[in-house]
Amino acid sequence: MPGFDFTNYNRNAALHAKGVPLPKATSTGTTIVGCIYDKGVVIAADTRATSGPIVADKNCEKLHYIAPKIWCAGAGTAADTEFTTALISSNVELHSLSTGRDPRVITCMTMLKQHLFRYQGHIGAYLVVAGVDPTGTGLYTVHAHGSTDKLPYVTMGSGSLAAMSVFESTWQPDLDRQGAIDICAEAIKAGIFNDLGSGSNVDVCVIEKDQPTQLLRNYMKPNDRPQKERNYRFPRGTTAYLDQRVISKEDMKKYVTIETLSGDDKITTGDSMEVDT
Amino acid sequence: MTSLMGNHSGTIGYSFSEPTSANVKQHSFYPYTDNGGSTLGITGADFAILAGDTRSTSGYNINSRMVPKVFKIGGDDETGEGANIILSVVGFAADGNALKEKLDTMVRMYKYQHGKSMSVGACAQRLSTILYEKRFFPYYVHAILAGLDEEGVGALYSYDPVGSYEREQCRAAGAASSLIMPFLDNQVNSKNQYIPGSGEGHALVPKKAEPLDKETATKLVKDAFTSAVERHIEVGDGLQLVIVTREGIEEVFHALKQD
Repeated sequence: MPGFDFTNYNRNAALHAKGVPLPKATSTGTTIVGCIYDKGVVIAADTRATSGPIVADKNCEKLHYIAPKIWCAGAGTAADTEFTTALISSNVELHSLSTGRDPRVITCMTMLKQHLFRYQGHIGAYLVVAGVDPTGTGLYTVHAHGSTDKLPYVTMGSGSLAAMSVFESTWQPDLDRQGAIDICAEAIKAGIFNDLGSGSNVDVCVIEKDQPTQLLRNYMKPNDRPQKERNYRFPRGTTAYLDQRVISKEDMKKYVTIETLSGDDKITTGDSMEVDT
Repeated sequence: MTSLMGNHSGTIGYSFSEPTSANVKQHSFYPYTDNGGSTLGITGADFAILAGDTRSTSGYNINSRMVPKVFKIGGDDETGEGANIILSVVGFAADGNALKEKLDTMVRMYKYQHGKSMSVGACAQRLSTILYEKRFFPYYVHAILAGLDEEGVGALYSYDPVGSYEREQCRAAGAASSLIMPFLDNQVNSKNQYIPGSGEGHALVPKKAEPLDKETATKLVKDAFTSAVERHIEVGDGLQLVIVTREGIEEVFHALKQD
């Protein structure tokens, strides 16, 4: 069965009526912007994810891939922006394969708005869609209820007013690539510093005709964490424990296969986990 | 058509909530706002520190990046010169100011009438009374009072909004209190720390809390705030540090992240 699973809807409605609060999703506070220039389009985002007043992720990615030359900046409920863009990305690729043409930004925007309108705003995805296609450069905003806009510069999220103030005071119609990157980064910074829902770093994505798309992850890092005054390493044995059991390698072999590698063997490992430093 | 279900509510077949009559409209005014921010106090053998961030917020907006939360109480003039008690207030800033003004006036009147400064203990009791006076329309603040007691030892009292108070070694209050307080329990009162190799299992000896010196306490305060800034959106911009010693009151400001 395709689509969402509504099995718990009645139970949750009953619980909610009795006063049980709704679960809290990671969201919403965000600044995302987009701006077109002579040969292409730039989108940018901050990297803070919040859960109420708590910072859930200090360096998250809000720029989502749709197609090689179509990218999307997402604000709103984190899971909704993630899954909606992934779904549309998938459908856009299938559509491109079936038609034998490069995908268009307007197609992508239409698929997004039709999907979101069907769910009447319950899918909390607020998006900036941008890209280049055979018809030229495209830049749109899509709201969770399904309405869209087509403008030369756009902002969304809780920091949209701060960001728009930068565009409205400094935007000019004849921007070049660097000019567009600069104004977008500046708009995101206005969100980072003046909107509590936005913070940390600036991510930028540049999409240009006949040029590979550039994702400039952490293009700016205006919020480095200062050095701590004291050292918080505890002496070994500080933490109490009631029991310890040492499992020998021989015993382990009963449960798992153990292979010993020599020190000079090149060990292939996965990407190291992203850790806040 | 007559319904056989007898379902009158607008929801999907539930009788939990009755529909409210539509023409009745209740207007209301909520007199409080939360201005965010956090405060923190630590005491030692011969000093007391109160600190607070200087950001004032409402919702996702920053009202100001420079609104101090720590005040000198009972000074001889507007600058607070001659004071030996300090008060920090966090929560609703307007109530915090009103409370500070009231306590300051009381402590100064005491000095004029009795010809001597009020002790921290007496001031602590007076503050409790002021807060409880408004039991049914409270000052929406979490206050911390600090100074040196009659023996010259650092004294710190923390309050709830209606006047319940307690003398403590350290206390965090405000938006990031739930982030800072566990850190203080561990670093100031040595909670969850044991002496390595002192025993097995339940016989393991807990590490004793030792009184901190002024420099260590100051560093702990700074580290607590730089960490709170990382994870709480309402904390940032500046750090106000006020330290009471026998020599008097010292006040310093440090920069915090502005995002």
